Amino acid sequence: MVIGLGHYLTVAAALFTIGIFGIFLNRKNVIIILMSIELILLSVNINLVAFSAFLGDMSGQVFALLVLTVAAAEAAIGLAILVVYFRNRGTIAVEDVNIMKG
Amino acid sequence: MILATVAFYLFATVLIVAALLVVSARNPVHSVLFLILAFFNAAGLFVLLGAEFLAMVLIVVYVGAVAVLFLFVVMMLDIDFTELRQGFLNYAPLGLFIAIIFFGELVAVGIAWTMSPALSSAVAHPTPTDTTNTEALGRVLYTNYVHVFQGAGMVLLVAMIGAIVLTLRHREGVKRQSASAQVGRRRAEAVELRKVRPGEGL
Repeated sequence: MVIGLGHYLTVAAALFTIGIFGIFLNRKNVIIILMSIELILLSVNINLVAFSAFLGDMSGQVFALLVLTVAAAEAAIGLAILVVYFRNRGTIAVEDVNIMKG
Repeated sequence: MILATVAFYLFATVLIVAALLVVSARNPVHSVLFLILAFFNAAGLFVLLGAEFLAMVLIVVYVGAVAVLFLFVVMMLDIDFTELRQGFLNYAPLGLFIAIIFFGELVAVGIAWTMSPALSSAVAHPTPTDTTNTEALGRVLYTNYVHVFQGAGMVLLVAMIGAIVLTLRHREGVKRQSASAQVGRRRAEAVELRKVRPGEGL
């Protein structure tokens, strides 16, 4: 059985869904939420690379590289905000994060 | 051919299982370790697709930087994770409901979707067959996408500055080395000459 584009898209769709599910499942734990976002971005990368490979177009891999960059930057900023939040509140429960608003 | 098929199913299965364990693991340290496993298997899928450079970058950036960053934060912050897990199962039905809807929509798109015949002639940068993946990617990235590449560098720079600005703090009452104060010291304020008479002391 030859592995086609559909196989990779199915894996990416499953990974994306798991990421969405993880965000809902861990509503209080912002670290796991950030990891779920990483999973979602990884599934997008799999999609981009799969299309790039099966269409024979290099630009998909360029976009995947850019998504990788943004994901790394997002993780760094997100964790920095998390550290500052923990210093101020002593917890990382994000359910009551709206106390901070104006 | 058989080997590639087996490898695909192996990588895909381990990737999905590791992703499920990331979101459901009891201990966040285990979550990070399963995230690393998921990234390794995604890199394996990338190798199967012929994107070796991206596979290596995925391991270097995600496993080497992002996952270690997560690990540092999980281990350095003193967090009571059992408290955070309260209500874990209350959210599961809603999350499952939305996830099933989402997956159903993605499957519906996948079934209804066909590739346009004009697409094969509209390829922007055809993959060369005579060069390595890294060289081909570099030839595209540093020519047609050089501004986007520099923009990506700027995003990383801003992220670095932002992370430093957010987490840097000057605590009061902590002695620090000040090189300018050390260098700026004059003899007059450091050494004092006293005339000491014999037998009297200071």
